Parts: sequence; structure tokens; C-alpha cells
Amino acid sequence: MPSSSSIAIDARDVGLRFDTADGYVEALKGVNLTVNSGEFVSLIGPSGCGKTTFLRVVAALEEPTSGQIMVNGMSPDEARRARAYGYVFQAAGLYPWRTIFRNVCLPLEVMRFGREERAERARKAIEMVGLGGFENRFPWQLSGGMQQRASIARALCFDAEILLMDEPFGALDEIVRDRLNEHLLSLWRRTGKTVAFVTHSIPEAVYLSTKIVVMSSRPGRITDVIESPLGRDRPLEIRDTSVFLEVAQRVRAGLRSSHDD
Amino acid sequence: MRSLLPVATVSMFVIALWYVMAVVMNSAWTLDQAKRSGVELSFSEIVFDTMEQERPRLPSPHQVALELWDATIDKKITSRRSLVFHGWVTLSATLLGFLIGSLLGVLLAVSIVHSRVMDMGVMPWAIASQTIPILALAPMIIVILNSVGLSGLIPKAIISAYLSFFPVVVGMVSGFRSPEFMQQDLMRTYNATAWQVFWKLRVPASLPFLFTSLKIGIAASLVGAIVGELPTGAVAGLGARLLAGSYYGQTTQIWAALFSAAILAAMLVGTIGMLQRVTLARMGMDR
Repeated sequence: MPSSSSIAIDARDVGLRFDTADGYVEALKGVNLTVNSGEFVSLIGPSGCGKTTFLRVVAALEEPTSGQIMVNGMSPDEARRARAYGYVFQAAGLYPWRTIFRNVCLPLEVMRFGREERAERARKAIEMVGLGGFENRFPWQLSGGMQQRASIARALCFDAEILLMDEPFGALDEIVRDRLNEHLLSLWRRTGKTVAFVTHSIPEAVYLSTKIVVMSSRPGRITDVIESPLGRDRPLEIRDTSVFLEVAQRVRAGLRSSHDD
Repeated sequence: MRSLLPVATVSMFVIALWYVMAVVMNSAWTLDQAKRSGVELSFSEIVFDTMEQERPRLPSPHQVALELWDATIDKKITSRRSLVFHGWVTLSATLLGFLIGSLLGVLLAVSIVHSRVMDMGVMPWAIASQTIPILALAPMIIVILNSVGLSGLIPKAIISAYLSFFPVVVGMVSGFRSPEFMQQDLMRTYNATAWQVFWKLRVPASLPFLFTSLKIGIAASLVGAIVGELPTGAVAGLGARLLAGSYYGQTTQIWAALFSAAILAAMLVGTIGMLQRVTLARMGMDR
């Protein structure tokens, strides 16, 4: 496990302009952000604020047009090639022709792990997200929440240090979402991974994160960075405490002020 | 089995309509014959006669069925009057042409998906190739191949392949392009090679498309093989039976050959359908 002082993501004045038919769109402008190893960072903001774009820049799925970004001390593309991160998309995106077990094995096959190690790692990851016993089901036989859990197992199994999650629970109902949030927190505590988590739910961001990044749109930029005063142990009930509500208040205020201008 | 009743109903209706049409179309000849020999015919005699003519304009269903039975079951399969013999001649050209055509189609689709040059350069030609009537092209293919010493099976298979590669190209290009961006991005986050993306994502995603285009392709292959048998002058095959039948006004023989072609096509398409069901069921995609 990396020492707590090392830096997982370091963005300096990152900007990204898309050249569209209607002219330039500034998806990101002057984004400065440092994420330490082992942190749980949430990016929150209205749609179009560039939170997903920023995550894609970290993953080297987009290239910034200005500024500098380092992931684990490397360029994002080097980090991608070093398989430094696991990415969880908005939809589970499981391959329908593969069973849950074989879906989780997919990255391991691509990365050429041996057969036995594949099986062992996949089983461990499936166990970790609580899907033991469902290995031989096909994705359509599982609920949306279970599919998303399988996709998290798929991102975990090759043990990347960073987990990038793009609104993974956005399409799920409140109850399932609560359970998965709890689950994700305990996973994070156990594995010590760095998590960058995109969401547009305030309670979700406050509940999960050690650091909350509030973003605003046109141009996509960071308006506030909040270090959470909450400890690492967080029962669901923590959401009714005054500390929690204060943080939520500040996030809401940040979102509102950015909306006004 | 639930579909049995509707299918039976429609079949009954078609057969009934066929009998009526046979009476209507063949009665002219019956009445003409009767007039020449100065005989008055009752309605039932007319109806009976229209169904038992030697060379009717439209043979009645039972005549075609009898001819089919006679030419498939009763004749030795080595006999030149056996539809099994002719069917096999056509089938072998169909299968060889289908094999060449679908292989070519898949290879072209792979290259089109991976190369912009191929996409821009080959696709228009593939489409253009299908706008030329095969009936006009087939004799030339036969003549040209004959002049280089190829005759019989190969020229017919090539005409077959010419017709069957196209649906496979079109279907497989869509199939290889069917994975969503997200599924492709996922492979990118794993730093997968193009080869891995192809085998682990594009190929399995394209399989439902493959079977659909193979079904169309094999039917087109059969048409190609039959058309390829026409310019050679009624040597052998179902096409030859059709041609010979029309030379000698043997309408029943034509219809019997037509039905054997249809039955053959149904069996070929059905076989691919079965392969499709089995394969997709094993891949969990048979919903």
C-alpha cells in the first residue's frame, strides 16, 4: 500500500476545449486538484460541469488541451498503460455473452494473468462485492444493482491503486443506492484504494468522501474543495448528525452560488 | 406448436385457392378440346378434367405432390430424372458458393471495420456489385471461366458466392461496429490490443448479426446456384430441371423443381437457425 503522503492525482491548471459545430465548448478550465493516495474524493456538480470529463482525463480517455496532470507520478496515458486504475462506468456495461465470473475475468484475460490466478482473483473480487453464488449467472439474470456490483468487482480484480467511478449508482433506486454506498465505503476502508467518485447526489458525496470537490459549468471548473470532518467509520445514521448536515449545507451552498453567476 | 393452427389455416387457404385457380386457368383447354370433338361437358366433368391434364397451365397441388414423390422417392437417386440427383448438384454448388461468399464477406467486413480506406473504397463497389442483374452477369462468368478451363461446379459456386457475400458484408460490418462506446472505452482502460478488442469484444458482439446475415446469404446462394445452371443449357441441377421443363412445356416438372428448391432453401435456412439457437443459448444471448 502506498504511503499516505504520496499523491495519486495531481492536476495543475487543466483545461479541455471541445471543438464542436457550434464553436468551442470549454469542458474544463483551470482545474487544480490534488488527491492523496487513499483518499475518497467526490466530484459533484450540475450536468455539464465537466466532472465526468475530468475523470476521463485522469483515465486518459480524453486528452487535456492545456495544463498538466499526473497520475501516480506518471502521465495519464502512462498510468493507463501501467494499469494504475480501474474504471467503473455509469452503466454496468457487462458483456452480455459472458457470465458474471467471466465478466470479472475479462480484464485479467486482457492483462494475461494465468488461468489459476484469474480464477482466484475473480472469486475474491466477486466475494468482496457480495455476489458469491452468482458467478455462473448471465448479466440479464441479475438486478441493476447486482450488475453494477459485478462491474465494481471487474474494476477491483486486478488490484489497481486507483478506482475511478463515474456515477456508478446514478441509475439505481434510493434503497439499493444506500446499501451499495455502505458497501463501497467498507470496501474502500479494507483495500485502502484511492477513489475518485463522480456523483450529483449531495448526501452520497458527503456520506462517502474524505474530500468533496464542488464543480460548476460553462466553463467546467472547481468552485469549492471541502475536506470532510467525518471520520473513516461511517454508519448510515451519520447522515442525521449535525456535522453531516453542516457539510451537506456547505456543498449545497457551493452548488447554488455557482449556479447563480 | 401454438403456431400450428394458424399455419395450417393459411396453408389450407392457399391450397384451396390454388385448386380454384387451376380450374379457372385450365378449363379453357378442356372446353376447347370438348368443342372440337363436339361433346357437351357437365361442370363436374370440367373440374375433373382441369386437374388431370398432361400439360396444364397450372398443375393442381396433388399433381405437383405426385410428381415430387415420384421424382424423389420412387426414382433411384442416381437417375437423371431424380430430383434428389438434381437437388444434390444444386446443393453442392450452393454450399461451396456459400462457404466462399461468407468467408469473403467476413474478411471484407473485418477490413472495412479496421481501415477507413477500405470502408470508403470497398463498400461502394460491394453495393454496386449487387445492382447488376445476376441473370445478365451469370452467362459471362460461365463463359469466361469456361475459357480458362473451369466448368461445372466452380463457376456456379462463384455466382453463388457473388450473391451471398453481400448480406454477410453488410451484416458483419454492423455487427463488428455494434459494441457501445462504453464497452470499447472499457477495453481501452485495460490497455487492450486491437487484436484483443477484436476477439473479446467485436467478434462475440457480432454473432447475432452473423447468423442473420448467413440466413440471407445461404438463400441468396441457392438462387445463385440455380441461376448459374440456366446458361449451361440444362445439364444438371434444379435450374436445369426448370429450364428443361419450360422447353418441353412440362409445367408439373417446373413446379416440382420449384418446390424442391423452396424445400431445400427452407432446410438450409432452418439449419442455420438451429445453429443460431444453440450457439446463442450457450452464450446466454437467447432471450
